[in-house]
Amino acid sequence: MRARLLWRKGLSWFMLSLTGFCALGSVLVLFFILGYLVVNGGRAINWAFFTQLPKPVGESGGGMANAIVGSGKLLLLASCIGVPIGFLGGVYLAEFGGRTFSFLVRYTTDLLNGVPSIVIGIFAYSLIVLPMKHFSALAGGFALGVMMIPITMRSTEEFLRAVPKPLREGAMALGASKWKTIQRVVIPAAFRGILTAVLLSLARVAGETAPLLFTAFGNRFWSDGWMHPIASLPVVVFTYAISPYDDWHRQAWAAGLVLLVLVLLTNVISRTVLSRGISVTRS
Amino acid sequence: MEISLKATASNQPPANSSREGVLAEPLAALLTRMKISRLNFFYSKKQALFDVNLEIAANRVTALIGPSGCGKSTLLRTMNRMYETLRNVRLEGEILLDNENLLALDVVQLRRRVGMVFQRPNPFPKSIFENVAFGLRINGYKGSLADSVEHSLKRAALWEEVKDQLHKSAYALSGGQQQRLCIARALAVDPEILLLDEPCSALDPVTTAKIEELMIELKKNYTIVIVTHNMQQAARVSDFTAFMLNGVCVEFNPTALLFTTPSDPRTESYITGRFG
Ligand SMILES: Nc1ncnc2c1ncn2[C@@H]1O[C@H](COP(=O)(O)OP(=O)(O)O)[C@@H](O)[C@H]1O
Ligand SMILES: [Mg+2]
Repeated sequence: MRARLLWRKGLSWFMLSLTGFCALGSVLVLFFILGYLVVNGGRAINWAFFTQLPKPVGESGGGMANAIVGSGKLLLLASCIGVPIGFLGGVYLAEFGGRTFSFLVRYTTDLLNGVPSIVIGIFAYSLIVLPMKHFSALAGGFALGVMMIPITMRSTEEFLRAVPKPLREGAMALGASKWKTIQRVVIPAAFRGILTAVLLSLARVAGETAPLLFTAFGNRFWSDGWMHPIASLPVVVFTYAISPYDDWHRQAWAAGLVLLVLVLLTNVISRTVLSRGISVTRS
Repeated sequence: MEISLKATASNQPPANSSREGVLAEPLAALLTRMKISRLNFFYSKKQALFDVNLEIAANRVTALIGPSGCGKSTLLRTMNRMYETLRNVRLEGEILLDNENLLALDVVQLRRRVGMVFQRPNPFPKSIFENVAFGLRINGYKGSLADSVEHSLKRAALWEEVKDQLHKSAYALSGGQQQRLCIARALAVDPEILLLDEPCSALDPVTTAKIEELMIELKKNYTIVIVTHNMQQAARVSDFTAFMLNGVCVEFNPTALLFTTPSDPRTESYITGRFG
């Protein structure tokens, strides 16, 4: 009897430790990455890093102002493509869609969400880069925008669906048409949720490298307009990291750190500040 | 079917309006706002209303009572055509609003004339002010929003409690206040008829009393139809009562009559608490 009891206690202690250790491990990974980036890249972060262009090979110093601005431009373009299409499509799915077509759309967007990002890159390459015969910000932004569509669409749909039916009825009973109801009551009620989802999807594509390699390509200088190759943080991390220069390695770490901090900030802000007040709380 | 016809027949007042000394105002003496004739309603295959006949008297409170699932809400929702938001429903029969065919009216116009308050308070996630102004805004109201909002809140007996916090979220109000806000919201577009679907079922007795008081006050200016499964409430606030059972309007009479000398044995069993 005693032995059984001991065995059972021991087993439960063991399982507790094992599961707890795994849970702790996943938390530690993030802090480990963050710490590693700070240690290795922290030194390369200074004022010049944010304001100067990269120095020619061999000279040390310089910065990544063009890649930071480039990432910003790519994400802006991606949002201009992904957010309206995803949002309006989500409105359709939640509010207007019939059975079969909606099912088809939902299924396809879920598949699209699972398409490897490099394949999306090839798609943008053959659609934009090949006809134009050169890499461009347009192609990069387009690739990222396509990746944003499914996330934006499905989360818009989810948040709109979560708006309680009595709210819609309340508006309709006052003589609001279906579209007025959606526009004045349903979308505002779901707005914070949708915005959170958009920011999270933005944070998600901000770190994408593969689809940019052969669309936006990269650029060691400023890139005017949308029709030229453009630098971006993830691609800079990639090219600098595989280079043979110590100084570039340091800068790659620094760029990684900047990218991670931006993404983490977006995540934290959207999760705490925005979703805390998600307007749809009543059932 | 025969039963509902009989029920309408018992609307003809002179014969029984002062039965056993109960004084009741006969329906025939009043202006009819809405007239429902031979109404049948179907949810896909399932029939929910059977040959219902009903007259709604102007400036009076008409109560619909009956056990849950008997079709009270369904009947109420035909009066502003809220059922049209559902798929696969069918309606047969006639509804007249001030002698016009209600079923042919523009639905936006109709819902402005026939306002509705729901079972659970359903304020919009907006400020108190914006809740009341909502109907005015979507209808492109040209006058002063602030005046109109104040007027409606006063009518709903809520003004004194909220006048200093009009820009606070409606969700900060108590349940009873929220329900009165919903009444104010419905009143703001100046309807002729107000439909209330068990407006007190989610509220405590004190708040319920307030809303009942309000209804008696409101009938000076509005025609009111209230669904309730609370018979005391129907007896307290209404002038006419329709008793429904399984989609049939079993009896429709002045409230004072229906509760003292019901003309149908099933009404009697229900009000004496033998079923439901
Ligand atoms: N949306 C709906 N679809 C199908 N059946 C419904 C729907 N709403 C109500 N019913 C049915 O119609 C009948 C009457 O319902 P309802 O009018 O809500 O009753 P009450 O308000 O008196 O409780 C019930 O049997 C109910 O199940
Ligand atoms: Mg009901």
